[in-house]
Amino acid sequence: MSVIALDAKGGRGVAVVLGIVGWLAKFVAVVLVIATFNFVLVHAAPGDPAQVIAGQSGSADAKLLSQLRAEYGLDKPYPVQLATYLKRILTLDLGFSYRQQRPVLSLLAERLPATLLLTGTAFLIALFLGVVLGTLAGVRAGTWSDTLFTVLSLLLYAMPVFWLGLMLVLLFSVRLDWLPAFGYVTIGVEMTPLQHIRDIASHLVLPAVSLAAVYLAIYARLMRSSVIEVTHQDFIKTARAKGLKQGRIVARHILRNAILPVVTVAGMQAGALVGGAVVIETVFAWPGLGRLTYDAVLQRDYPVMLGIFLVMSIIVIVLNLVTDAIYRLIDPRVSLRAAS
Amino acid sequence: MNRREFAKLGLVAGAVGIGGLPLGLTRAVGQTSGGTLNTIIQPEPPILVTALNQQQPTLTLGGKIYESLLRYDFDLKPIPGLAQSWEVSPDGLTYTFKLFPNVTFHDGTPLTADDVIFSVTKMLMETHARARGTFSRVDKAEAPDPHTVVFRLKTPFAPFLGAFDCTTAPIVPKHIYDGTDYRKNPANAQAIGCGPFKLKEWVRGSHVHLVKHEGYYRPGEPHLDEIIYRVIPDSASRSVALEQGTVQLTQWTDVEAFDVQRLSKLPNLDMTTKGYEFFAPHQWLELNNRIAPMNDKRFRQAVMYAIDRKALLARVFFGLGKVATGPVSSKTRFYEKDVKQYEYSLDKAKALLDDMGLKPGADGKRVTIPYLVPPYGEIYQRSAEFLRQSLGRVGIDLQLQGIDLAGWADKCSNWDFSMTMNLVYQFGDPALGVSRTYITSNIRKGILFSNTAGYSNPEVDRLFEEAAVATSDAKRQELYSAVQKLLVEEVPIVWLVEQDYANFIDKKLKNVITTAIGVHETFGTVSVG
Repeated sequence: MSVIALDAKGGRGVAVVLGIVGWLAKFVAVVLVIATFNFVLVHAAPGDPAQVIAGQSGSADAKLLSQLRAEYGLDKPYPVQLATYLKRILTLDLGFSYRQQRPVLSLLAERLPATLLLTGTAFLIALFLGVVLGTLAGVRAGTWSDTLFTVLSLLLYAMPVFWLGLMLVLLFSVRLDWLPAFGYVTIGVEMTPLQHIRDIASHLVLPAVSLAAVYLAIYARLMRSSVIEVTHQDFIKTARAKGLKQGRIVARHILRNAILPVVTVAGMQAGALVGGAVVIETVFAWPGLGRLTYDAVLQRDYPVMLGIFLVMSIIVIVLNLVTDAIYRLIDPRVSLRAAS
Repeated sequence: MNRREFAKLGLVAGAVGIGGLPLGLTRAVGQTSGGTLNTIIQPEPPILVTALNQQQPTLTLGGKIYESLLRYDFDLKPIPGLAQSWEVSPDGLTYTFKLFPNVTFHDGTPLTADDVIFSVTKMLMETHARARGTFSRVDKAEAPDPHTVVFRLKTPFAPFLGAFDCTTAPIVPKHIYDGTDYRKNPANAQAIGCGPFKLKEWVRGSHVHLVKHEGYYRPGEPHLDEIIYRVIPDSASRSVALEQGTVQLTQWTDVEAFDVQRLSKLPNLDMTTKGYEFFAPHQWLELNNRIAPMNDKRFRQAVMYAIDRKALLARVFFGLGKVATGPVSSKTRFYEKDVKQYEYSLDKAKALLDDMGLKPGADGKRVTIPYLVPPYGEIYQRSAEFLRQSLGRVGIDLQLQGIDLAGWADKCSNWDFSMTMNLVYQFGDPALGVSRTYITSNIRKGILFSNTAGYSNPEVDRLFEEAAVATSDAKRQELYSAVQKLLVEEVPIVWLVEQDYANFIDKKLKNVITTAIGVHETFGTVSVG
């Protein structure tokens, strides 16, 4: 993904404006291409929402099917449907879910915060612990604690996330009764805002930890190998020769250089986190976007599917931009141009 | 936040009661009213207006919000609903219902005969496929006074009195819907009916919260203050919720068949499979009669012999159900048990296949047939594997093909399959739920649950047609017995299991399953304590 192609030299103001306009034009073009691709993809699957409703109602007749199809606009030819859809996107109208009798935008707005809270928390836990543990293991490479770490992280990585989630529920909810097993908030209880936050936090722990586990393993392993690699480079030897303390070497020299690959991978996965929590959201009955996606796909709720795909692609594009910016922050040698 | 604080949080959550149950229970001690019922709704329904959507979860939840004229006991005999009494004329053409006088909708408007006539002859005719099938037979509907409804039929239709349960004929408020675009009516979000509970809040993806309708017409009802339906998509989590006591009731497939035995042993729960008599779900192996070799009766009979259905019931359905002997479920009316028996016999199956000239090749296979695995859950996948093994023993090689619901519905309704499994409801009367699978006039491309197998037999058509309009039960029984014997001989499809579903009910709950529609009932008399 190309990013702001700014050049520090010459006509700064103009360049900035041109750069932003150029980027926006590319952004819109990419989004439209993605939208078209999504449209073709979702309509390529066999079956339509009318059939799904009939299939779940236990009875149907021709009138019901034609009514539903007319209502969903499915009786028109595909090119017409596509044109209507693209026109709507340009006016920021994501359409109406007839299945749920709601505008798609409000459905997404309702579900997005829950997902972002869950995946954001999981992502931060994974990133922080992954970097810390990976670094610790890396600098102790070859010792027994490093071996233990390798074994544990491999185990965590190989563990199916739904299984881990269920085991945590069995231990912390069923056996110990410390944490709620599922849901987002306690239902039917009046709470002060502070109690409300605590309540959500207690519901958040198990799903966030389960979701973080796999990513944590990835980041930690990546970090470990990266730290080992950097440790053998000349400038570290120089630092040691200067007589710097180990802690300072790790914090200032190794960490900063070793973290780049983790940022790359994390940046790519941050996009996936938005849509990738389907399993955890299902196990923990978390009312997020992942489940909405899953239900929409099963029900062939085209407007919702397309809306979610579109929002996700936009988030991915934006996150890529953010990743590039972070690169620059960590490593001044990387200019935004070079990152493009 | 440290561990201890978490522990405290857990305690707080426990004390205030996840969903407020302990409070509700204390309040209910020593009295019959008050309290909360926590249960599960799965999958989450798209809307709650049962007149507009008849998917299973919509009906389960909507049964508390919408009522109809009648209810049905476990033998499917009508008992009063909104109608306190009713009469059928001797010629079977005129049905007169007397309504309870003090019924109100959730918005306070009184319910009158006009609402009933509007619902049955106008709105449901537009929006409810199953109701359309029955109520299109109404010639005229009149209201001689605000609490009397008279339906005159074009021709006698025996199951007419069986179509007034709340899933088939929910009564909607005329003043809200008449003259509007039903599906786009903004009032759909509030779902205004006349049932004992009304919608308080629906947090999508989380729960639906129903509360008592204060103006309910039955004195003292509802006993409960509120019902909370929680959306719990994962089956393992649902079992945990039941074990933990977070929910006190489960229905349909909330608990997977393989978990039923384990949970049945819990001391605080009762398990019953009653309350599905109206639906009487019939599980069968559907054979596309249009293509060879399924178009040969001997082949279909061979399949019937080759499947050990008792083992299927025990291993795959964990004993939840009964072996189906023919097209009509033994739970419903007009069942005939004296039909041809197909005991498990590989020899008979092989003999029939040999007789057809379908000889095994060098690899032992006689024929290879694609099998569409329906996407309705674990049981269907396991059944498919069971069937492949069973039929493999007589040289019929099934190739399993997985597919999602939309794809399955598309292929099945457009006859683009060879074999698949199908689950069809009987709806209390063979004229409503059984004949549709076998009669020639219901071979309709693109329509699910029609005669998708493509079986056609003029004699079967005649028997079903006469039975539907016969006015005496004795005559109907005679005709239905004849058609069942004929169909079991012909085997248009291979009946497998009359499937049962486990309702788990907390022992503190009373009067949960009281009628043939079980968990879809109003729950006005349900109490805790």
